[in-house]
Amino acid sequence: MELHQLTVHEAAALLQSGAISARALTDAQLVRLRALQPDVKAYLHVAEKQARRQAEEADEVLSAARRDGVLVSPLTGVPLGIKDVLSLAGQPTTCGSRLLKGYMPPYTATAVEKLAREHAIFLGKTNTDEFAMGSSTENSAYFTTHNPWDLTRVPGGSSGGSAAAVAAGMAIAALGTDTGGSVRQPAALCGVVGLKPSYGRVSRYGLVAFGSSLDQVGTLTKDVTDAALLLKVIAGHDPHDSTSLDVPVPDYRQALNPDVRGVRIGVPKEYFVDGMQPAVEKAVREAIAQLARMGAEVEEISLPNTEYALPVYYLIAPAEASANLARFDGIRYGQLVETGNMWKNFRETRGQGFGPEVKRRIMLGTYALSAGYYDAYYLKAGQVRTMIKADFERAFADVDVIITPTTPKTAFKIGERIDDPLSMYLGDIFTLSVNLAGLCGLSLPCGFDENKLPIGMQILGPSLGEEKILHVAYAYEQATTWHRQRPDI
Amino acid sequence: MEYEVIIGMEVHAQLLTESKMFCSCSADYADAPPNTHVCPVCLALPGALPVINKAAVEATILAGLALHSDIAETAVFARKNYHYPDLPKGYQISQYELPLCLHGHVDIQDDNGQPKRIRIERAHLEEDTGKLVHMGDHSLVDLNRAGVPLLEIVTEADIRSATEAYNYLTKLRTLLRYAGVSTADMEKGAMRCEANISVRPVGQKEFGTKVEVKNLNSFRAVRNAIDYEVKRHIQVLESGGQIKQVTMGWNEAAGHTFVQRSKEEANDYRYFPEPDLPPLQVSQAWIDEIAQRLPELPDAKAERFAAQYRLQPADVMFLTSEQDIANWYEAAVALYPQPKTVAAWFTGELIGIAREKGVTFKEGNVTPAGLVSILQLIDTGKINRNTGKAVLAEMFANGESAERIVVNHGWAQVSDDAALAGIIERLLAHHPGEVAKYRGGKKGLMGWFMGQVMRETQGKANPDVVRKLLQETLERGA
Repeated sequence: MELHQLTVHEAAALLQSGAISARALTDAQLVRLRALQPDVKAYLHVAEKQARRQAEEADEVLSAARRDGVLVSPLTGVPLGIKDVLSLAGQPTTCGSRLLKGYMPPYTATAVEKLAREHAIFLGKTNTDEFAMGSSTENSAYFTTHNPWDLTRVPGGSSGGSAAAVAAGMAIAALGTDTGGSVRQPAALCGVVGLKPSYGRVSRYGLVAFGSSLDQVGTLTKDVTDAALLLKVIAGHDPHDSTSLDVPVPDYRQALNPDVRGVRIGVPKEYFVDGMQPAVEKAVREAIAQLARMGAEVEEISLPNTEYALPVYYLIAPAEASANLARFDGIRYGQLVETGNMWKNFRETRGQGFGPEVKRRIMLGTYALSAGYYDAYYLKAGQVRTMIKADFERAFADVDVIITPTTPKTAFKIGERIDDPLSMYLGDIFTLSVNLAGLCGLSLPCGFDENKLPIGMQILGPSLGEEKILHVAYAYEQATTWHRQRPDI
Repeated sequence: MEYEVIIGMEVHAQLLTESKMFCSCSADYADAPPNTHVCPVCLALPGALPVINKAAVEATILAGLALHSDIAETAVFARKNYHYPDLPKGYQISQYELPLCLHGHVDIQDDNGQPKRIRIERAHLEEDTGKLVHMGDHSLVDLNRAGVPLLEIVTEADIRSATEAYNYLTKLRTLLRYAGVSTADMEKGAMRCEANISVRPVGQKEFGTKVEVKNLNSFRAVRNAIDYEVKRHIQVLESGGQIKQVTMGWNEAAGHTFVQRSKEEANDYRYFPEPDLPPLQVSQAWIDEIAQRLPELPDAKAERFAAQYRLQPADVMFLTSEQDIANWYEAAVALYPQPKTVAAWFTGELIGIAREKGVTFKEGNVTPAGLVSILQLIDTGKINRNTGKAVLAEMFANGESAERIVVNHGWAQVSDDAALAGIIERLLAHHPGEVAKYRGGKKGLMGWFMGQVMRETQGKANPDVVRKLLQETLERGA
């Protein structure tokens, strides 16, 4: 096996035994990254020097640990990709936007900082739709990332750079962010595991805000075990984020149990819709049948307000975004367009700096919050959001987890949907509700379509139900081999 | 036609907290070089998040209690959206639908000195903006002030004159200082004021069209701007015109208002609940704990001073105008239980000396015990009232004890008329025979009288003074 194919837990075993050094692993990873970057374009910025220096430090930690016979974190010496909407001191943080070209943050996001404390290695910043707004990375101001399974197709988004990097072996694992499916959808389209933790489970401090009440840092990994390992490190209360939950972080590895006998799985009928790709429905139904054969109790459930998730999401997320993106005025950071007039500076800096999708959402959100429209749009959306949440609460009274397809279709062609925002938005109908309700969700590979494109199955749990979804995902993964398949690249 | 003036006021007061509203930067930015009290949060770097400063919430609750407000069980922060270079996030975190304090009041005096209640609609917590420094053709942004906690206090439209507005502001300042939540120093920008002004013909029910005058940064500006606007409104209406609803500024130097924004240009602030901050839950236990920190408030104190010390209303007003003044006064009275004498010396003499020097009384060196020691010297006849005033002035300047000042200046010599006159009067009263003889022509007795006075004062009497006094007294009675 080549080094770039390792999972986190495999790499950790080799690093801690001394079989390989962090430096060797990092070098191998960088070679792989350089070789594939022209085709896949997963990274916006590669930090070779810093990565090598971090690897040397990790090797010192590893050798000291071996000498003293102490355990180190499984992340020590493991090279990771970081989505470019997460602040990382000393590396550019552009959020895939022209407006933030050249911005070097002086501070590091809490989730990234926690990984740094474990001496994980940061290979660079991965591509994203501008400010995480999109489902394909086509909204990145710099370039589109290509799906390693088929370079003519999108990797999904907005964490498409991270998903493609992990799928192509350009990182052992990666961090993404998920506001309406931005971790799970690219995970599904790239055939990797994508975990979106419950709202508040991971600190948002340093995550450049898109929809503040929806955003959450998540992981993209080659298997479920790695998701558990990474989540254990990044989760937890942060005094810098008042919305982070002050509850203890369990050792998620303890949840990785192959036995699902008696686990109750709900399958919402609203998530198998007309127009979805038959191969996707077939693969997900087969996966559910597999779990049933393993002893899980499967029942059909109903989430009646599912159809409202899309409109509600496209009022709340843009409303919050319209305020969150107001700070990008070019005065303190980013690209200022100097016109000699203050108001014109604002207009031109934002007019030239933001791409069309970001502008569309700022306008949508501004409209939804405007005097005379607030009650009908933003306020109403909030009320329906409560109903969607209530749907899930009722469902989780009867079932442990809910299983759905992650997306209605597999990876689409680059350019296919870019001029049709609505069809792009519709691709996210299965993932949005989870963010609106603050739940946790995970996508894992469950098959391939007729074009050998990966299919994702989504496992949803209640707030702070990460152990439940990791359990079911792990059991399924143990019983199947989908996750071991890698693109031929 | 007679017109009635309708005024509502919005006051912003900086809260005296160590750190800013949503980060741990120091809120004491005075004299700091630009952009040195800043961090990712108050610079609004991408990804930074606010965290509520508990001390600022407690200060707001304390102020709310001082304003007799209801404190909300649940308060919600909201984003107020607008673009300006001094507002780094592009929105201000404020409170909108659910403020911390509602329905309070401040009692003031109206133009005729009669009691009047000004209702407080709400008081809420928000963050200050940065500052723009204009340099020729460009402006620089200093964000040291950005994120400093601000208390906004909004009245109902209960104010009816510039004098009432002035009285409301001074009373509000007193209350905020009593509560210890703000310096409320308008000249230093710690308290800023806006007035919503309209007039209507007496008897008319509907309000007239109002204008909002912003940036009233001194008590004088408030008075002058209101007077100016009221006159302007009446002139416009009298000449058959209409008032336009506008936002105005006040040019203090030129003495007139100027239009900043028309109604059409008004911002739509698109308030919505701040998703980065969970709603603030305020328990009754917390309110009770905070209420313990509230001192006796000026109205209650004034009532007590009038009853307990039997002082004139003017003295009561002054002595309760600041907590330091009241405390100082009460400390002195505790040592010297003659409230009126202490009040007279404090409000008349001590404040007079301070005013002459252009400083506050606290900047001098007179302690309550210091003043009392002077009063005791007067009582024991060591010095007279006039000498006492001189001693007070010395003490104010250099902080020495009254006794030392008297010695150093040779004022210890009993040369003051009152003391000697007393001795002489007693002497003459005891020796009516000698007095009669002297008045009968036996002027040689003067030497005997002198000797008696010197014995009585243990030789410390000033002979010239004694002789003069003796002569005056004996001749007067002749």
